[in-house]
Order: sequence, then C-alpha cells, then structure tokens
Amino acid sequence: MHLIESGNVAAATGVKLSRAQVIAAYPITPQTPLTEKLSEFVAEGSLTAEYIPVESEHSAMAVCIAASSAGARAFTATSANGLLYMNEQLHWAAGARLPIVMCVANRGIGAPWTVWNDHQDSISQRDGGWIQLYANDHQQIIDTVIKAFRLSEIVSIPVMVCYDGYLLSHTYMPFEAPDQDRVDAFLPLFSPKNKLDPDQPSNFNTVTLPDVRPDVRGNLAPGYMEIRHTLHQDMRNSMEVLKDIDQAFLDAFGRGGTPFVEPYRCDDVEHVVVCMGSLSYHMRDVIDQLRSEGVNVGVMGVQLYRPFPDQAMVSALSGKRSVMVFEKALSYGNQGALYADIKSALYNVDRRPLISNHILGLGGREIKTQHLYDAVKQACGNPETLGDTPHWIGLKCQAS
Amino acid sequence: MEQKTRTLTLTEEEFVYPGNRACAGCGLGIVYRTALKALGKNTILVVPPSCLTVLQGLYPIAATKLPCVNVTFASTGAAASGVRAAMRALKKENMNVVAFAGDGGTGDIGIQALSGACERGEDILYICYDNEAYMNTGVQRSGTTPQGVVTTTTPIKGKTQLKKDVPSIVAAHRIPYLATASAAYPLDLFDKVKKAISIKGPKYIHVHTPCPPGWGFDTRYTVKVGKLAVETGLFDLYEKDAEGFRLTDASLRLSGKPRKPVTDYFNTQGRFKSLPETMVADIQKDVDLKWAGYC
Ligand SMILES: Cc1ncc(C[n+]2csc(CCOP(=O)(O)OP(=O)(O)O)c2C)c(N)n1
Ligand code: SF4
Ligand SMILES: [Mg+2]
Repeated sequence: MHLIESGNVAAATGVKLSRAQVIAAYPITPQTPLTEKLSEFVAEGSLTAEYIPVESEHSAMAVCIAASSAGARAFTATSANGLLYMNEQLHWAAGARLPIVMCVANRGIGAPWTVWNDHQDSISQRDGGWIQLYANDHQQIIDTVIKAFRLSEIVSIPVMVCYDGYLLSHTYMPFEAPDQDRVDAFLPLFSPKNKLDPDQPSNFNTVTLPDVRPDVRGNLAPGYMEIRHTLHQDMRNSMEVLKDIDQAFLDAFGRGGTPFVEPYRCDDVEHVVVCMGSLSYHMRDVIDQLRSEGVNVGVMGVQLYRPFPDQAMVSALSGKRSVMVFEKALSYGNQGALYADIKSALYNVDRRPLISNHILGLGGREIKTQHLYDAVKQACGNPETLGDTPHWIGLKCQAS
Repeated sequence: MEQKTRTLTLTEEEFVYPGNRACAGCGLGIVYRTALKALGKNTILVVPPSCLTVLQGLYPIAATKLPCVNVTFASTGAAASGVRAAMRALKKENMNVVAFAGDGGTGDIGIQALSGACERGEDILYICYDNEAYMNTGVQRSGTTPQGVVTTTTPIKGKTQLKKDVPSIVAAHRIPYLATASAAYPLDLFDKVKKAISIKGPKYIHVHTPCPPGWGFDTRYTVKVGKLAVETGLFDLYEKDAEGFRLTDASLRLSGKPRKPVTDYFNTQGRFKSLPETMVADIQKDVDLKWAGYC
C-alpha cells in the first residue's frame, strides 16, 4: 500500500505489521505521535496488542524487559531525555539478551532544553549493548523496523531504530507499506527458547560471580565475564545475520541491499563525506553540485552504528585521499564519536586517508545546503590542513 | 466467615529450598516460604535487588522453584505489569504475577513504578517485606525506618524523622485489596495471600519482617520480636477492601484489651539503644491515639 505519512506513522505502521504484542510508552517530543498512533491502532482493533501507558520511560523499558522475558514481542519508543531516563534499563535489556525493538526519534539533550534534532541521545547509548540502526527516510524507517524485529529475535539482542526528530518524524513523505501476509512470511512469530514459565522454572538475571561456577549437576556455568564476552561476540556476529536479513528483505520486497553503509557516487572518488541519518541524503544535493563542478567527492551514509561495521568502513574508505565525517553529536572534550570510530577502523590500513571531523546541527541548528557545500568544497580543496580537531559548522557567536 | 488456615491444614508443598542464603533467623525466610506456599505453582515472581536477591542464590543455583525475573531497583511495579501484559498477550490466564520487594525498593526508589501500576489497575500482587532499612547494602536508613532507629547512615543519635506509612500511600490508589501482615504470624499471611490472588486488579500486602543483624537481636527471637511489634500496637495487622478497613488476627484480638508498653518492644533490639525517653513517651502517646481511633 502506498502511503504519504509522517516518519512517526511510518514507524508505527512497521510496528503494527510486525505484530508487536506488548507496547509500553511515555510521551516525549518528537516521538509522541508514533506511540499515539499505536494506541489508536490498538483502540480501533487493527493491532492486537497490550498497550501499557506507563508513568515513565524507566517503566516503559521495565514493561518491555519483563514482557520479553515472559515470551512476548515488545516495543517502545522515545527521544532525548526519555532515552537517558532509561539508561539503566537499556543496559539491563542488553545484558538479559532480550529482543526488544525501540524507535528513537533523535533529539538533542538538555540542559538547556531543546526539542530539536541532533544525535546526542542515541550516540550516548552506544556502549550499552544495543544494536543501533539509523534510517534516512520514511521508507527506510518502516523497512528497518520490520527487519529489526527479525534481527533482534535471531540474535537475542535489543535493537534501536533511530531516525531524525522533526526532519523525519514530523515530515510527510511517500512510502510503501508491505502487505501483512508478506510481512508475516518474513517475520515468524516470536517463540523464545527460555521464558518465564512455571513448567520450567528458572531464575533470570541472578547475582553472578566473577568466576565460573558448577551447577547442581556439576556442569560448569559461565561467570559474569563469559556472559559479557558472549554478548560482545554475538553482537559482532550479528553483522552477518543483518546482512542475510537485508538480503531476504531485498528478495521479498525489492528494497535494501545496503545493510551497513549506503554509498552515493563513491566509486573511484578521491574524497568521501560520511554522515548518519537524513543528513546523508541532504548531502547528496551537495555532492551532485560539486561533481558537476569537477570536485571528485561522494557521500556515504552509515546505517549500522553498533556493532560498528569496521570492515565495511575499511573497504569503502581505504585508499581514498580524504574522508570527512559530518556528525550531529560528539564526545564532549574529545571528538565526534563516529569520527573516532572511523579513525580507529582505518588505523591499520595501508593506504590511510586523511580524515577530518565536522560538527553541525546540534539542538536543531539549521543545516543550510550552502554551509555544507562550502565546508565540503573547502575540505576537498586542502584536506592536509584540517587536522584532528572538530570543525564546528554554523556557529554564530560565543555563549557567555 | 472463611476458614482460617491452621498449622495442620497448611499445604505441604514447598517452593523455596531450605539452606538458601538468608541469614540465620531471617524474617524474610518465613515470609517468602509462607507466601510462596500460598501462591502455588502457577506463579511468576518479579524481584528487585534486595536481601531476597541474595536469598534466591547465586548463578547458576537458585533456591526458588518458581520462575522469577530479577529486575532493576526502581522498576518492580512496572516489570510486574509487563509480565501480566505478556500473559494476556499469550493468553495465559490463571497466572499469579507477584512482585516481591523490600521496603526501600517499594516505598522509596520503587514508589513511582508501584504507584503507576496501582493507578493503571494492573492485575498483580505486590508483596513488600518491610525490614525497615536497606539491609542488602548494610543497614542504611530507608523511608520506612522508624524514628529513633540507629542505622549506618543514622549513627549515634538515630533517625530523626517518622516512618513513612507506605500502605496508606498505596491505599490512596483505592486498590481492591490491601493488607498488612507479619513474619511472626505466617498463617495470617498465608490466608491474606490466598485471598489476594482470588481478587482481580492490584493487590498489596505489607509485611513487617524482623531482621536479626539489622535490628540487633539474637537469631532465636525473630518471632518474639515480630509478635511484640503487634502486641504493643506499633504494627497493626489489617485488611482494607471494598468492605472497608478491619483489624485482623492478633491485632483484632487486641482491640479493647490492654496493650503491652512500647518499651517492651524497643528493649528487645539494639537499634533502639539511642531512643531518648521523651521520644518513647511521644511514640506511646501516638500508639494510644491510633488505637483510640480503632474503637
Ligand atoms: C539504582 C540502584 N541504586 C542502588 C542500588 C543498591 N542497592 C541494592 S539493594 C539496596 C537496598 C535494598 O533495600 P530494601 O529494598 O529495603 O531491601 P532489603 O535489602 O532491606 O531486603 C540498594 C540500595 C541498586 N541496586 N540500584
Ligand atoms: S540482613 Fe536481615 S533481611 Fe537480610 S537476609 Fe539477613 S536477616 Fe534477612
Ligand atoms: Mg529493607
């Protein structure tokens, strides 16, 4: 079915098609219309799910954690401070290996209060053990939500589907909503091996010792460190799983084919701009213009941020003359997180490109195409001079 | 009137193994064992960090024969709601979803999630065992620590503030069933748990739970100390439901009769050693006033 709807409705439609069974949410801009839509689906009966209007985001994730532990497909969504309010719960969900899917409509974090877009919220959660996928438009939002459920349930790791607040959440775009029966064929019902069940009672998330320990039958059980090591390994291996899922989705629905990074006009170029979310599509206009002027540059969107697709980065970027990382978040007192990750991925390549970092759009600061054009053109002109310190784009004065 | 359970009619099946990690003389040991007997097999437990986490054992060995999910400290009420939602989604009716939390996990850090669950009318039973401090972390004051009690964060002079009345806060949500109970009266607790799970909607039971190392008494006196709290009129056993408020069991038997002086209770425990005489007199006055209201 063709729809012209907001990004939040695209996400809600993906959740409905994925037949989420337990949904818990708490309002926060710009995510709110997504969960409002889901409550409407539930109320009108087009989605059979339990909708729990909790009293906080911490509790929203608690509901998802418990429902998922009990064997139900669970979903929530949030933004900014709501995501941070869940922090403890996010780590818990990952450590407990629960296949929860959560949408994050990306928004800057207070203080001072902002409701507008940047990526600081989800980037600040990169180390918690969640898979992070970033969508660039409405079609990718709905498709990624459906793929996210399948991915999380195969690897038993929670998945965050991130998309830009307002820029995508509140704008209207055409997209295709797949038929329910075809989604059902793509995404089987959730039936986990281990769940809360009196017929097979077990105690989940018990206190676990630093060392391994035999169970009552003498079999060695892992200690905390083995459990965490397995999470890390499974997360690394989830990249192969994501690749297969993306291929299966492409076969079934004719969309996809770029599970990790999405290059645009990057073949045989000298310079590559790297960015996440809708910015990578915005940047395409700039690339087209610069190419017409003879500047040999392409842009690459990052769709998988955790686990970090370092091999994909190496294949896409080694041998280029320069790489420019444009991002809407940073690790305060250091550099952009994406920049640092890409730099580290490229450390061992033989033909290491020059690499620079550009911070922009924080708290919804308007990103003008002209600004992007100027910054990329200048960077391509003399990449040797850019250094390792982030360049701030669009600053107008100093805060006192 | 319904039949009261007696020692001879108590069910024999146990759902918590002996030899678990509770301290000797732990009141929680009695509460947990008794409540689980009343709950029976079709039960899913939700437990936040507390002495109960430790009682249940260290991975991969567990003392409880029921499915249990350990959750974060502040999230118990919401997590129980999540289990219930999953049971509805998976069409597993007839499951008891039971939150089992300490006083800190209930009345302090967990009060928001508990309030949310009560307000939403979640079909869960929430059991709070009140050992009147953060015991798991080494006896720090909590909102439910009584006035005058010495803890590791109210040293020397004891806690200056009053004990938070958590059951009254929960009662303000007008839930269908609320009760208090005591580790010293396990049969009364057993009957209250049984009654609670026969009712739909949020149910809350607040259980006074003596703790030998935290309260400073010898391990053999757990029941004696628990009984004294009731016999002095400091902690009352009651129920509150659609039919209103009523004292039960030992507290009911106490009405119209002389109560023991509160000092009988205070003198059994090291934690009251700093209680000044004036405070004792005030507490006695408060207890007398409360009981005058019952008649
Ligand atoms: C968010 C968070 N803060 C603090 C703690 C540390 N902590 C674990 S148990 C506990 C005290 C529990 O007290 P209570 O709920 O009364 O149960 P008890 O230990 O007395 O049985 C504390 C403070 C924690 N686990 N999580
Ligand atoms: S500290 Fe108190 S409540 Fe905790 S296990 Fe020991 S006796 Fe029981
Ligand atoms: Mg306590």
